Parts: sequence; structure tokens; C-alpha cells
Amino acid sequence: MSGLHLKDLSKRFGNFTAVDDVDLTVPHGTFVCILGPSGCGKTTLLRMIAGLEEPSAGAILLDDEDMTPVPTHKRNLGMVFQSLALFPHLTVGENIAYPLRIRGVDKNGQRKRVEELLALVHLPGYAARPVSKLSGGQRQRVAIARALALSPRLFLLDEPLSALDAKLREAMQVELRQLQQKLGITTIVVTHDQREAMTMADLVVVMGEGRIRQAASPIEIYRKPADAFVADFIGSTNLLEVKADRAGRAITLGQPIAGLSLPKGMASGLVSIRPEDVHLAGSANGAFRGKVTFVRDLGGTIETFVEVGGTTIVAVTTPRERGDIEAGTEVGVTLPAESCVVLKQ
Amino acid sequence: MRREPPRTIADYTPLAFPAIMLIIFFVVPFSTMIAVSFFRRQQGGFYTPDFVIDNYGRFLSAFFGGVLGFSLMLAIMVAVICVAIAFPFTYLLTKTSRRVQIVWLVCLLSVLSLSEVIIGFAWSTLFSRTAGITNLLVAAGLMSEPQALLPGFGAVLTGMVYQALPYTILVLYPALVRLDPTLLEAARTLGASPLRGFINIIVPALRNTIVATLIMVFVFALGSYLLPQILGRPRHWTLSVLITDQAIYQSNMPFAAAMAVFLVLISLALVGLTLLVGGRREATA
Ligand SMILES: Nc1ncnc2c1ncn2[C@@H]1O[C@H](COP(=O)(O)OP(=O)(O)OP(=O)(O)O)[C@@H](O)[C@H]1O
Ligand SMILES: [Mg+2]
Repeated sequence: MSGLHLKDLSKRFGNFTAVDDVDLTVPHGTFVCILGPSGCGKTTLLRMIAGLEEPSAGAILLDDEDMTPVPTHKRNLGMVFQSLALFPHLTVGENIAYPLRIRGVDKNGQRKRVEELLALVHLPGYAARPVSKLSGGQRQRVAIARALALSPRLFLLDEPLSALDAKLREAMQVELRQLQQKLGITTIVVTHDQREAMTMADLVVVMGEGRIRQAASPIEIYRKPADAFVADFIGSTNLLEVKADRAGRAITLGQPIAGLSLPKGMASGLVSIRPEDVHLAGSANGAFRGKVTFVRDLGGTIETFVEVGGTTIVAVTTPRERGDIEAGTEVGVTLPAESCVVLKQ
Repeated sequence: MRREPPRTIADYTPLAFPAIMLIIFFVVPFSTMIAVSFFRRQQGGFYTPDFVIDNYGRFLSAFFGGVLGFSLMLAIMVAVICVAIAFPFTYLLTKTSRRVQIVWLVCLLSVLSLSEVIIGFAWSTLFSRTAGITNLLVAAGLMSEPQALLPGFGAVLTGMVYQALPYTILVLYPALVRLDPTLLEAARTLGASPLRGFINIIVPALRNTIVATLIMVFVFALGSYLLPQILGRPRHWTLSVLITDQAIYQSNMPFAAAMAVFLVLISLALVGLTLLVGGRREATA
């Protein structure tokens, strides 16, 4: 099968397991985001794919070829480091031409390819600038252009946008995604920003404590998180403890959620429901009765904090679909069964 | 950081201490030396104030020219060899664990505590025929009989490199420790073997450090006057040896001072030239 296959990959540093038995298949041309909290082993996993770190166990297959014993410089991949690692003594053009120079491309060929790449990352005419004279976003683009110079089989980026300000970051996310689609190159981006992952990825891999918690499309990760860790990490969510009654109905906060039952054999668990799926009714005629404790009006959306039986449920609505609900009023809270995701505890 | 420019004399007081030290320990002795270099020598060891340039005129001879050339060549060779050995060594050292680094650095510091005399005699033993390293080679069957490796140019060079190497490593260490380790990794992902990446990324990225270190070792080696005498023949004696000889054994202070001043000027000129060439290359890059 064409694409990247990580087979039971592990990395131990002494007694500490940084990456634990990771198994992942990435079809050719996929944009993957590896997402997870700090220290969960994202960088270590990426460095193993690049050959900069030797796996303690497992194998890395690229287009069915075992890459594990191949040294980094023969893997033909492009990598963008968190520090960018631009060569300080070279100009923009020389930085981008470095991999070409190593392959013995002649001066003319180098110049043409550099021009092409600079156009690709929207920096035409920058070849002669020293890298020290560039802004953060420009340095970013140079690093990307350099990594793409040899049309690599695999494009790896370690938190490439973390040093940029919020606005530039969003612009670069879109740009990076468009670039990847244009080139059709298999791309793996490490990030701990879930918005970034949702914006760019075909496949989101959520990691926690060295293991893959879930690997799926962004919308599936969001709608159907595999466990409480993923639900909590991706976006904000309401996590409620549920128990099954004798008929298997889901009971939470002392009352059933209409139309929701727990899978057979599951006595208790958690229900995750996104704030935007929670419905509020002005008069207290919903399934749950609660008291509004706090309202945060963000202009475009309104977050309402409702206390139901000692637990706070957050609802997000647009101003239009929401009546006049103020702090201190009694409201009815509906949790639509189709939006509830039942998770193991 | 922005500071107010100094306004009153009192604002300059922090400079007083370094200024006084510089005057006492550098400006005064050096001026004295320059003055003495123009004095007239008295038969019997003393000199009287005067203004003669014979002292300088005297070494415009083929002999002193040869010694000066040899001294500079030796110092340059020592500097180049030291940096060529120390740079890769220090780079590899920074890649090892903290513990290994500390052990190495402590050992290097302890070598610094050896005086030039001890180093000279240690090497003269090691290079001797009766107790030297050639005996080991004979024992290993690589040589038929032990040989004396001194006196000779190789022995002088070895001793001086040995003496200057710890300084070189200690000067290079801070710069190499601070170097971004992802530079070489980036080169590797771009298709360069580790050795190639080291040569065309790490070395040029630290060019200024390397030039500064070369100059430091060069100046350091220029002042060496015991090792050439212990390990070399008279034709391996450097200008520093001759200066010592004139000053102490021939009691010709004015001539010794003139040679010293000349040596300082020549080395300053060389250092300036290096910086100029380096600066120009920087500007075109
Ligand atoms: N060379 C190493 N020696 C020992 N432990 C290491 C080494 N490299 C990484 N680790 C440990 O492995 C764990 C995972 O590190 P890693 O850098 O992969 O995390 P990460 O997910 O990239 O985190 P972040 O988001 O902060 O970059 C960390 O606990 C780290 O301390
Ligand atoms: Mg990381």
C-alpha cells in the first residue's frame, strides 16, 4: 500500500517511555496533525519518522519499504523544525539551495528551483537577503521552501507556527493547507493547538502519554471522541457522569436523558455533549431545571453557565436563537440524545 | 538596553578602576619598553637615555628576518593545528552527557596547571631514545630500534600544540555548547551526511569564533620561549627565545625591547589583516 505505515513504534529513554506502541497508517497525500498536550511524545514520534531518533521497537514503512535502518540523509524527507534551523551564515537563496547543492544540481538549476520555491511560498525576489533580516513569518516560509526543495516523499513539521502571532498563524494555516493540496505531498504536522489541527488536517491523531488515543477525521474526533481524554482535549465539552437504570436508560443528575440509553453491559460512564448542542428554554419546561450562574456575551456567541444539581453545564448559542436569559433566572436545559456521546469512564 | 549618556565627570567613575589597572599594568610597562628600545646600551649591562634607532636597525638582517619568519610560521602552524584538533573534539564533547563533559573539562583544566618547564621536560623524556615512546613501538613490533625524536621541529611543534590545546578547547567550548543542535539535524534531513553537514554548516556558522580562537592561540604561541629551547635545535629558536637571551644573558635591554616592540607590531598587523579579510568576506556574504 502506498503511504506511511508506523508499526508498533516505541521509544524509551531509560525507564521512561516517551512513545508507546504507536501504530498508524497514513495514506499517500494525507495531511496529518498530531495533537496532544505537552510532553506526550509528539516530537519524539516525528523525530523517529525523520530518523533523528532511533526507535526502541517497531518499524517505519514508507510505500512498503522499511525505512527504519535508513539514515536520515537518505530518507528524502523535508522537515521544518520548531526553531526553523535556518543556516545563519547563508542567504535565503543559499539556504534553499543547500539540499540542491548537496545533490550536485548545477548553479543554473539551483537558481531556477530557488525562484520557483520562493514564488510558491510568496516570497519572490528574496533570494539575496540574509536570513537574519527576515520577519518571523518570512523565516517560516523560507524554512518551508527549503524543506520542499527536493520534492520530498514526506513533509514533517514540528509546531511550525507556534512562534507566530495569532493572526499570522491563522493565515499560515490556510496557506500551508493549500500548499499541501497543490503538491499532494504526505504531510505530518505536530501541534498542540486543536484549532490548528481542525483547520488543516485530513487525519487528526490525538496523543496522550505516548499513546495514540484516537486517529480520525477532524469532524469525527469532534463529534465522536473515543474517550474522555479526547473529548476534553478537543474543544470544550460538558462531561457528565451517567449511570444505567434497569431499562438501560442513561441517568444523569438524577434524571434520564430523553432518548439516550447506555450500551448493553455498561453500568456507568460519561456523557460528552458540546456546549453548542445544549438547548436552553426560557421558561423552565425542559428536561433539566437549572439556575443561570453566569453569562459571557462574546458578541458573536453567548456562553451561558447553568448550574444543574451542583454541576455546571455550559451552553453556547448565537444571540438570535436565544431569548432573554439573565444570570439568576431559572431555565430548562435540554440535552438532545443525538448529540450525546457516551464514553467509558 | 538604553542608558543615559554620561554627563558629568562623576558618571565616569565606574571606569576608573579598569583604567588605572590598564595604565599600571599595560600602558606604563609598554611605554617603558618602547622608550628603552631607543636607548643607548652601555658596555657592562646598563643603558642611558638617548634616541638611537640602531637597535631597530640591527635586526634588519637576514638572520633576524629568518628568526622572525620562523616564529610567525611556527605560531600560525600551532594555531591551525590546535583549532583543527580542538574544534571537532569540542563539538563531539558537547554531544556527550553532562557527566562526561565535566570529567573532560576538569582534566583539561588540570593540564593548564602544568608549567611550560614541566611540559617541556615531560615531552623531552617522551621523545628520548632511552625512555621514549619509540620503545613502545619497538615493543609492539612496529619499529626495529628506539629512536630519539628530539631535538627537532616536530618535537617543538608537538610540545607547543600540547600546551595550547586546553586553552583552545576552553575558548571554543562555550560557543559550541550554545550552538543550536537542530542546525546539523536540519542539514541531515536535507540530504547531508553528518560529516558533510558538520563541514559546510557547523564550521561556517561559527566562523567568527574560529577566527577569534586562531588569533588567541597564535598570540599565545608567539610568546612561548622555553619549549623551543628544550625540544628544538638553535635553528628552531623563536624571536621570544632571542629576546630572553638578549635581555637576560647578554644584558642588552634596548635591543631586547626593540625586538619585543617589533614582534608586537608584526603580530598586531597580522591580527588586523585577519580581521580585515574576515570582515570583507562578511560584507560580501
Ligand atoms: N533525549 C531525551 N532523553 C530523555 N527524555 C526525553 C528525551 N527527549 C524527550 N524526552 C522525554 O520524552 C517525553 C516526550 O517528549 P517530546 O519532546 O516528544 O514531547 P512533545 O509532545 O513534543 O511535547 P511539547 O509539546 O512540549 O513539544 C518528555 O517527557 C521528554 O522529557
Ligand atoms: Mg515537541
